[in-house]
Amino acid sequence: MAEYILLRHRDIPNIKDIGVYQEHGGFEAFRKAVTEMAPGDVTAEVKKSGLRGRGGAGFPTGMKWAFMDNRNWPHYVIANGDESEPGTFKDREIMEHNPFQFLEGVAIASYAVGANRAYVYLRGEFWHIAKWLDQKIAEMEAAGFLGDNLFGTDYSLRIYTHLGAGAYICGEETALMESLEGKRGQPRLRPPFPPSYGLYGKPTVINNVETLTNVPMIIARGADWYRTYGTEKSPGVKLFSLSGRVNKPGNYELPLGTTFRELIFEHGGGIIDGKKIKAIMPAGASSSLLPATDEVLDTPMDYESVPKMGGMLGSASVIVLDETVSIAWLVKKTVNFFRHESCGKCTPCREGTYWMERLTGRIASGEGALQDVETLYSVAKQIQGKTFCPLGEFSTMAVVTGIERFREDFDALVKAEASE
Amino acid sequence: MSSLAEKYPDEVQAILAKYPADQKRSAVMALLYLAQRDNGGYVTKAAMEDVGNIVGITANEVAGVVGFYSLYHDKPAGKYRLQVCTDVACALRGAVQFVEELCDNLGIKTGETTPDGLITVEEVKCLAACDHAPVFQVQTADGLTYHQDMNVKATLELIEQWRKEETS
Ligand SMILES: Cc1cc2nc3c(=O)[nH]c(=O)nc-3n(C[C@H](O)[C@H](O)[C@H](O)COP(=O)(O)O)c2cc1C
Ligand code: SF4
Repeated sequence: MAEYILLRHRDIPNIKDIGVYQEHGGFEAFRKAVTEMAPGDVTAEVKKSGLRGRGGAGFPTGMKWAFMDNRNWPHYVIANGDESEPGTFKDREIMEHNPFQFLEGVAIASYAVGANRAYVYLRGEFWHIAKWLDQKIAEMEAAGFLGDNLFGTDYSLRIYTHLGAGAYICGEETALMESLEGKRGQPRLRPPFPPSYGLYGKPTVINNVETLTNVPMIIARGADWYRTYGTEKSPGVKLFSLSGRVNKPGNYELPLGTTFRELIFEHGGGIIDGKKIKAIMPAGASSSLLPATDEVLDTPMDYESVPKMGGMLGSASVIVLDETVSIAWLVKKTVNFFRHESCGKCTPCREGTYWMERLTGRIASGEGALQDVETLYSVAKQIQGKTFCPLGEFSTMAVVTGIERFREDFDALVKAEASE
Repeated sequence: MSSLAEKYPDEVQAILAKYPADQKRSAVMALLYLAQRDNGGYVTKAAMEDVGNIVGITANEVAGVVGFYSLYHDKPAGKYRLQVCTDVACALRGAVQFVEELCDNLGIKTGETTPDGLITVEEVKCLAACDHAPVFQVQTADGLTYHQDMNVKATLELIEQWRKEETS
């Protein structure tokens, strides 16, 4: 691409230094928002850009901001830096290398919804990033971009980091808020949604790190400019975390609507040892398994097209599987992940992941029977639609689509006769 | 044992200052990291009581938090917890063989601690570094560090380094 919009450190090496960031227009968008725009105008511009949430669900960002309940104060903004979906490592690169653009995005979002306090929630493993961002926040305060009476107005803002302690479920927005309140990270019943009942019971906007990092450029250059990237319904650029059996794993910033084929074969250098590609997990461990047919490979990666192939774009963490990978083994891995990460609040997920783990373990080790595959499928089906939060649903995606689309990999491992 | 508030007054104040005055409970997670650091890598019952007192909740509620999150520990282990990601994406790039070979070399199984009490090897879930497998983090009382694009030889050298530091 001509120019990076999110991974700008790849064009401008020292953009992590506040001086360099400022030389390249840093904080001008925040200044413009606070001194020249009404909060509602900022939200309107983001709405017009068509920016959609990069944390998984793809919800329109400006619309979310506009939902904030203006009868109930104070308001909060939270940046979701939990980044725990297996296969996802994009927010980390942003925060490590282009921290000010992200923090400026947090600041603009806060101004737009009238929040004077914002939190960056980081997964506990991001210990070094918490320290790093604390330092960057202090630099912003010293330079007058955070604190009281910003740019000579009566607007004030402070940003704080909050370190989690190892729990995938804390990426779910309501579990995250429980965690930020110092509790066990278990999801809340929704609705009410965070814009009416969020952190400390107050209206809260929560956005993914990547989502927020788009905002300064949208405000600086305008929604129309942003829409020159991507597709009509999925405008803009996206970070694709590419991993698995490819030659060049890594983050790739590409317009939404780029095909899987271009990502994997042009940017990712194709499959290790020239093997044959077998399947794609477009959204990390929570993905449906897409067989790597020509039709799938030529599918544009955007919020509308991937579902038509029976998957989701999600956080766009693309895990590539080649012919050496057994789908029965893969499903055992994903189920093990979700069993480990189930928060235990509701029975279908807690018990269901436990049973799926036993069954997938037996099948993958060659100890299973044909009946185990049937049972596994029906357990997964029974979990669907009955769990308190989406994690339970996620745990079944690879199982159900794996058995439906790669049945032969399971049959190859199980004995025809029932065994103990 | 003196309380964290007496021992580290500035740090405790700085942690509390991050949250609204009437939302002290939010500080519990950061205080638990402090307690863990203070006690060589795990949190005692007494420390949970102390943290509870600072934020105004019971020791039982604190224990509930400790039990929920995987980076808090209520039992001692090796000084270095070497936590290797063997999740989907890393497993596709050799992480399982890596941890097996490493353990063979150390003469332990995952979850176990070397006889000198220095190293505990653990398998963990995705660390958001899938493009740098094999990858592990090292958790000590003082915090966490990432080690990316690792191999067994380099890891054993790192461990040798720790052993030297220990005896010098
Ligand atoms: C189990 C689960 C895990 C999630 N993990 C993350 C995560 O690590 N990071 C993230 O930004 N969103 C995650 N989400 C989505 C959040 O709940 C929320 O939708 C998102 O932070 C909203 O931001 P966005 O609109 O900018 O995408 C997760 C959701 C679920 C159900
Ligand atoms: S679905 Fe799983 S993670 Fe979600 S609330 Fe139920 S037990 Fe917890």
